[in-house]
Amino acid sequence: MAEIPAPGPARPNPARPAPPTRPPLMAPGHTAATVTDKISAVVLTGTPKWWYAAFGGSFAILMMLLYSLTMLFAKGIGIWGNNIPVGWAFDIINFVWWIGIGHAGTLISAILLLLRQPWRNSINRFAEAMTLFAVACAGLFPLIHMGRAWRFYYLLPIPNTFGLWPQFRSPLMWDVFAVSTYALVSLLFWFVGLIPDLATLRDRAQSLLAQKLYGFLAMGWRGSARHWHNYEMASLMLAGLATPLVVSVHTVVSFDFAAAQVPGWHATIFPPYFVAGAIFAGFAMVITLSVPLRVLFGLQDFITMRHLQNMAKVMLATGLIVAYGYAVEIFMAWYSGNRYERFMILNRVTGPYRYTWYALILCNVLVVQLLWSRRVRNSVTALFIIAMFVNVGMWLERFVIIVTSLHRDFLPSSWGMYHPTRFDFMTFFGTIGLFLSLMFLFIRFLPMISIFEMRMILPASKPPEEPR
Amino acid sequence: MTAATGQSGPARFVGLLAEFRTEAELVSAASAVRGAGFRRFDAFTPYPVEELSQIVESHHSRLPWLVFGGGVVGAICGFTLQYWTAVKAYPMNIGGRPYDSWPSFIVVTFETTILFAAFAAVLGMLALNGLPRPHHPLFNVPRFALASRDSYFLFVDACDPRFDRAGTREQLLGLAAMEVSDVED
Repeated sequence: MAEIPAPGPARPNPARPAPPTRPPLMAPGHTAATVTDKISAVVLTGTPKWWYAAFGGSFAILMMLLYSLTMLFAKGIGIWGNNIPVGWAFDIINFVWWIGIGHAGTLISAILLLLRQPWRNSINRFAEAMTLFAVACAGLFPLIHMGRAWRFYYLLPIPNTFGLWPQFRSPLMWDVFAVSTYALVSLLFWFVGLIPDLATLRDRAQSLLAQKLYGFLAMGWRGSARHWHNYEMASLMLAGLATPLVVSVHTVVSFDFAAAQVPGWHATIFPPYFVAGAIFAGFAMVITLSVPLRVLFGLQDFITMRHLQNMAKVMLATGLIVAYGYAVEIFMAWYSGNRYERFMILNRVTGPYRYTWYALILCNVLVVQLLWSRRVRNSVTALFIIAMFVNVGMWLERFVIIVTSLHRDFLPSSWGMYHPTRFDFMTFFGTIGLFLSLMFLFIRFLPMISIFEMRMILPASKPPEEPR
Repeated sequence: MTAATGQSGPARFVGLLAEFRTEAELVSAASAVRGAGFRRFDAFTPYPVEELSQIVESHHSRLPWLVFGGGVVGAICGFTLQYWTAVKAYPMNIGGRPYDSWPSFIVVTFETTILFAAFAAVLGMLALNGLPRPHHPLFNVPRFALASRDSYFLFVDACDPRFDRAGTREQLLGLAAMEVSDVED
């Protein structure tokens, strides 16, 4: 038998830094075993009573969406308030709002992975799920806005008997490709991240059905060094691909506006301003979801104050970029010397929809400044309330951009007012029901925190544990 | 998880599985096994360990080349689709621009590049790992279920030319293994 050489010097693993001066990413005393047991118990033990109430409530709101869509398909989009001159009202507001919310999930999972930020490890899973569900809600709106939703396939390059093909010079066509690529890549990223945790659930499930289902989805994952080698490479590659993708998606969404002539839309600031707004809205939604979830499932050990504080800082930074965008819009309206641009800003601030603009500035610019204070960033309640303000504010931002710009453009003879109907509201709130229903199903059946990535941020070499 | 094994006669011995308490013990054991000349072995951990992939797998992952290939194919497909549509299949005069107005085809070309590359990354990762493979002899060892929780395993394949059932078992036990189990198919 050959002589056994001494092992080489252990290299520090860059994925596992533990800066000593900051508060910990995880409460002390956890081991790989306790992390695994605690997170998988949420999925594998009985359903808590509040879950039925919460899912039931969300599902009821989802049924309202079903009702409003049934009425829409039966009667046509005349049941909504949008009409010329405001042809793009709630549909496009809600589309942009939802797709923006999704962006934080990709940012957390991809960009923070590339930047080696280990604090992302406890929030990336449900942020990615949030992305998927938000994109599902977003994708619904352009389809139903077409009126004849069943003809959506005209947007796809499918050979057909009419010999018709899509017109690829249009930003709306770019949007189809950007959003559907984004949905598919987000799904891939999310599923790849789940594979090792599905193997954990397969190995820990008690019921045969759960073993079979999780085993089927885990595809025979064994956690071998060869598996992990290719797996880590695939994660990095996907992160590197998703990072430019997420920037491109909201850029293309902003092209829908910026390529048009309408005053208030035709601006070069739109792509960066929309991307920053998307991240701003997305982090607000991650805070909105993580604050109640960590309490309901007792996961404060894993989603710590440090996570909430970091997210608050990202929200403050992107909020300032958004505020800069508002300032540039006003400056450019004056600097361009274009009377229609100037009128557009005056109409926003003093016109019939001025209250939405005031509310927007309150929510997205003023309230967010509270985050400069460390005391506010340390208060869970304050963060939750500020995040709710941002959620509302980002919806109002799209209302201001879309409705206020469209309702009075060039010719006073073609000005008009837009008033949403109850079906507009029912469709919008209905998609919140769809989002929450999917979210509650997700947290019940899949681990909402990435278990294997939590094991990675444990101290590197663990002392021998108690005998099992 | 226990896989179905009963249908093909007597169980076949495929190798030895050693269990370790800590990542450090597994890493030193794996490098010792490699140093002893073994090549057909693998290590199993609940999370990725960079040192282990360097010990077990000597060459770099081929995945980046697959992803690059996927991206190139995606770019070619995306651009060709638009060029053919706009120039050959359905030429339309949009604002007096040339039919081959390539700058406006960049966005969709970019999206298809990302899409094909992402599919290449995921399908390539699964293919290189030999997945999906729902049944594997290792799943017949009950304690292997802990590989996805907090245990660290080293598998030495009986096909390795240096493998010797009794000797290798002794050697693994000498490397601080808690337990060494036979793996049967």
